[in-house]
Amino acid sequence: MKNITYTISVYAENNIGLLNRISAIFLKRHINLESFSTSASEISDVFRFVIVVNTDSERVRKIVQQIEKQVDVIKAFYHTDEETIFQENALYKVKSSSLFEERHIQNIIKSSHATIVTVSPEFFVIELTGFREETEKLRKDLEPYGLLQFVRSGRISVTKAKMGISEILNTFKKNN
Amino acid sequence: MPKKIAITGAEAVIRSLLAEDANLVFGYPGGAIMPIYDELFKFQDKLHHVLTRHEQGATHAAQGYARTSGKVGVAMATSGPGATNLVTGIADAQIDSTPMVCITGQVASHLLGSDAFQETDIIGISTPVTKWNYQITKACEIPEIMAKAFYIARTGRPGPVLIDITKDAQFETFDYSYQKCSGIRSYTPITTLSNKEVEKAVELINKSEKPLVVWGQGVILGNAEEELKIFLEKSGIPAAWTILGLSAISTDHPLNRGMVGMHGNYAPNILTNECDLLIAIGMRFDDRVTGDLKTYAKQAKIIHLELDPAEVNKNVHVDLALISDCKISLKELINNIETKTYPDWIKRFDELDKIEYDKVIHSDLFPSKDGLTMGESIKIINKHSNNDAIIVTDVGQHQMVACRYAKFIRSKSNVTSGGLGTMGFALPAAIGAKMGAIEREVVAVIGDGGYQMTIQELGTIFQQQIAVKIVVLNNDFLGMVRQWQQLFFDKRYASTEMVNPDFVTIAKGYRIRAKRVEKRKDLDKAVKEMIDSKEPFFLEICVEKEDNVFPMIPSGASVSDIRLE
Ligand SMILES: Cc1ncc(C[n+]2csc(CCOP(=O)(O)OP(=O)(O)O)c2C)c(N)n1
Repeated sequence: MKNITYTISVYAENNIGLLNRISAIFLKRHINLESFSTSASEISDVFRFVIVVNTDSERVRKIVQQIEKQVDVIKAFYHTDEETIFQENALYKVKSSSLFEERHIQNIIKSSHATIVTVSPEFFVIELTGFREETEKLRKDLEPYGLLQFVRSGRISVTKAKMGISEILNTFKKNN
Repeated sequence: MPKKIAITGAEAVIRSLLAEDANLVFGYPGGAIMPIYDELFKFQDKLHHVLTRHEQGATHAAQGYARTSGKVGVAMATSGPGATNLVTGIADAQIDSTPMVCITGQVASHLLGSDAFQETDIIGISTPVTKWNYQITKACEIPEIMAKAFYIARTGRPGPVLIDITKDAQFETFDYSYQKCSGIRSYTPITTLSNKEVEKAVELINKSEKPLVVWGQGVILGNAEEELKIFLEKSGIPAAWTILGLSAISTDHPLNRGMVGMHGNYAPNILTNECDLLIAIGMRFDDRVTGDLKTYAKQAKIIHLELDPAEVNKNVHVDLALISDCKISLKELINNIETKTYPDWIKRFDELDKIEYDKVIHSDLFPSKDGLTMGESIKIINKHSNNDAIIVTDVGQHQMVACRYAKFIRSKSNVTSGGLGTMGFALPAAIGAKMGAIEREVVAVIGDGGYQMTIQELGTIFQQQIAVKIVVLNNDFLGMVRQWQQLFFDKRYASTEMVNPDFVTIAKGYRIRAKRVEKRKDLDKAVKEMIDSKEPFFLEICVEKEDNVFPMIPSGASVSDIRLE
């Protein structure tokens, strides 16, 4: 079976212990996480985890079954890249001097559609949201000019199909 | 609104236990749980606490209690070492789906994270082996969390829950009121059965010519024994069990064709690879059951009746899954299947049974050699207990032999550590098993190795005067490991021979009546004396040192490559 990138979306109660439980599921199976991010979701007091893994369809199915089995998980899904809209966010910190001395750097920023977040006498910070290849290309392009810091967020993604979490919660409310 | 009273967190723990109908707790005190023990003292006429001799013993006793009573077992311990000593029993309960609530004391909340005396991160440690866990730092959380703990432990696929309570939360006073938990929005204990899938299953069952049922503990946990029996009798399908499914259907039922798996019976293992339909009920295709997955039941269609969706298509790909409580699924099937019999197919079982009887069973049960066998010991226990004892086994050869030869006429009568294979399980589990079914005869069958892992629980047995019968089948070896060394490591017996103490003297030291049997002529009488005893009784049976358990599927081999010698 072929390994590809899967995005796992987990809707869960905000429970500190849950993070541990979920990472243990991957640890036990020696599966590296490409990225992991947590945030609020469209429903108040429901948390959303977005986990990216590179694995095969059989393993991702079993992992998601195990995640969904956790008491504090409302629902878990997995999707291929084609089934989601996803982005990553990157920040680049560059010496301010290079902005003025190297004209070319301005072209790089312009053509990558990055935005300048902050400028100070010592450094300036650029932000770019996009696919991995885009943030990666900008990193490579800026490297020769002295990249002071670089950081990239985990993937965030929404799915094309609906997840129906409110329906699940409403059904529960009706029956209890 | 339930009425509110001002009490301490510690008292709230006790009142919550009573509200959950838990009137028996196994445990061991210490600094961080002293406020709760103080309340146990005040409530002792309502809630009985059994002081085990080690926290591991408390968990196994709670498990034994849960397995025979069908209720949630409760174990308690202090923080730090008390809590870590629970871990083996929790892991055992997790893999064997045993409902258990463990309560641990924790250092005061202002000390959390400071490496305080006896602070340990039991939440972190127990996370991978609990169904759910939670740390309480405020007294007001106690009622709701305790209610959730019991609900989670006993519903759906049961399992262990650990609640860690900081010492300040135990002391704190708050307005207590209790409300049982009736649902958690993120947790679906039972999935609704799909009618379409039932229809397809009925069709597969009706048209099959060589069907086989393999059932597991799900039948017992789901109280579906009666439904299984009716299903088998109506469908005429021969059935076999996994080790934890044992006793759900009486041993002598004509459609009960024995055990599957590594040391299971010859016929059901071989015929797993000949049947045209395999109906798996409340079992999870453990590797000790399936052997090599690449050759497991490949010729058959497979229907899986299973409560836990994560078990479906986990190890074995199935053609159809009825994901729900097996009691419900079985009822649906019973109402829709045809009445059938399979005389030719059953004859295949009879033929293979005869081969196993001639090659293995006869010499196990009626040995012609001088040395006593484990098999004949079990046979005589059956005889004197009228096939109606609760048999609690440890882990090793004696466990396999006991499960092969013990006879049962009632469910919830086989208590063993299946998934984890925890040596040291049986002696404390027998205490709980007896307390969960006080009118029943409870016989613990233990190897000389595993016995010494929790032997100190003899103290608990004497102090509580729990009339369990303890049989040690002594081969002076870690027998099961020795068997593997003989078969797969050219008899290099690395650290498996045991120079044992005088077990009878030890039992007597604990003031428990004790006997040793070395000769066949004395066996019957000694077992009878043990069963007749109204008090706890210890019987050491000195068996042949280097006997092997057969049949055997070597690990990684196919179920149909089962060896008889
Ligand atoms: C806690 C633990 N440690 C080690 C093992 C590995 N093990 C499995 S069976 C066995 C031998 C058991 O010997 P004994 O209790 O004498 O029983 P016998 O096999 O002789 O009946 C061992 C060491 C285990 N299952 N559990």
